[in-house]
Amino acid sequence: MKLYFKYFSIHLKSVMQYKVSFLLTVFSQLMLTVTSFLGIHFMFARFHTVEGFTYNEVLFCCGVVLLSFCLAECIARGFDTFASMIGNGEFDRILVRPRNEILQVLGTRIEFTRVGRMLMGIVMFVYAANRGGIPWDVPRVITLLFMILGGTTIFCGLFLLYAGFCFFTLEGLEFMNIFTDGMYQHGRYPLSVYGKRVLQFCTYIIPFSLVQYYPLMYVLGKGGGTYCIFLPLLAMLFLIPCWIFWRVGVRKYTSTGS
Amino acid sequence: MQKIKKYISFFRLRFTMGLQYRAAAAAGVATQFAWGALHILAFHAFYRTDPSAFPMTIEATVNYIWLQQAFLAIFAPWITDNDIFEAIRSGSVSYELCRPVSLYTMWFTRNLSLRFSRVVLRCFPILLVALFLPDGYRLTLPQDLHSFLLFLPSLFLGAFVAASLLVIVYAATFFTLAPQGLRAVVTAASEFLSGFVIPLPFFPDSLRRICEALPFAAIGSTPLRIYSGDLAGQAAYTAFGLQIFWLIALVLCGQLLMRRALRNVTLQGG
Repeated sequence: MKLYFKYFSIHLKSVMQYKVSFLLTVFSQLMLTVTSFLGIHFMFARFHTVEGFTYNEVLFCCGVVLLSFCLAECIARGFDTFASMIGNGEFDRILVRPRNEILQVLGTRIEFTRVGRMLMGIVMFVYAANRGGIPWDVPRVITLLFMILGGTTIFCGLFLLYAGFCFFTLEGLEFMNIFTDGMYQHGRYPLSVYGKRVLQFCTYIIPFSLVQYYPLMYVLGKGGGTYCIFLPLLAMLFLIPCWIFWRVGVRKYTSTGS
Repeated sequence: MQKIKKYISFFRLRFTMGLQYRAAAAAGVATQFAWGALHILAFHAFYRTDPSAFPMTIEATVNYIWLQQAFLAIFAPWITDNDIFEAIRSGSVSYELCRPVSLYTMWFTRNLSLRFSRVVLRCFPILLVALFLPDGYRLTLPQDLHSFLLFLPSLFLGAFVAASLLVIVYAATFFTLAPQGLRAVVTAASEFLSGFVIPLPFFPDSLRRICEALPFAAIGSTPLRIYSGDLAGQAAYTAFGLQIFWLIALVLCGQLLMRRALRNVTLQGG
């Protein structure tokens, strides 16, 4: 853990060397999020509700997903460039060091530019939380924290899975984007909007609805029993198969030799 | 004639290079298919809520989304030649300047060939599957031959406008030297304004009218709306004319900017 904070401070220092470029990137990240927010805004200006969800409720959902995605991206961005690490032999160097590989891969890249998006997520979320007419009480706040924690874990797990695939394919698989970027882009709407099958897929295959749809129903008071509070914690178990997959990959790994 | 041949061979070279990435294309097809399907499911949910508020017909919306996914690489603002940014930053662009070619035309053709090579590999599987989906989710043929005939040149014009916009970004990199910021801003803006997030008809009316006149609409919105019959008759021809106008304007702009940039170019070191 100490090592991770060391990496953290080194990255922070290096980013601060190029302040203008950093600010521009933060700004552009912010813009990307603003456009996706405008997309929702315009749709609701026209339709007002979708599948029984109001504008504020969707905004709330969107804020939670955005926040957990950004947190996961900040932490686990190193896995995203993992394909090139295998390609250029950088991973060999990591393997010979007497430290945990995952920690070292994580340390290769920490994205501070995601601050821009996170800011937008928080704004959306606070706005919706205030106006949404949600009767805030202790269990709901706890659920919310669990949702963000669980969401971050699932996205981290997906990034890990993505990197694990690289051991077998040696290149990044665009296909995985559906689960990482796609989950975040389409997770703006509560999953029931996409129909029953998508909801089932996101419950049993990738437990995304356990951190989004079910606890959301509880927080919004739309049904969903008290057990929903703990569903996000259940979803965090998703990290285990991802980790096993990664371990299998490491064991199978043969250097590309370059 | 000799002159054009040069650029055609540039195009061919890049095009065949792009065709090499077949595994990536297969993965891309799957991704785009899933992406399109989720989009359509969401639009269906909105449609169920209030069909009367829908600004396009549902068939037109479905067609719009499938074609957008199939031809994504033609319009996508994020398809750039990273070598070019690197060349400008590192100074190796000076080698390119020694060649007896126009830098503008070369970069333009390079970007265009990148787009077409990606689309050729990806569009057919997506279109084919989309044609045989159940009712309501299926890609339908255009209502009349007329709009199809207008759609084809419009599609190409869209690719040309996209490429000309990107060469402007390349040229601007000469001034900023750090491409990420500028590129990301242009990408975010054009993604939204050309109807990638939601189609332009779903915008509020006043904003829609402004957006339709911008060059971004000429890239990814006009061809798709012509195909789906959302733009028909007079409106289709106006939009088509705007595409031609923006192509000329952006090419002129790009060449001017490039000339200014090259006049001041300073090479750092040897």
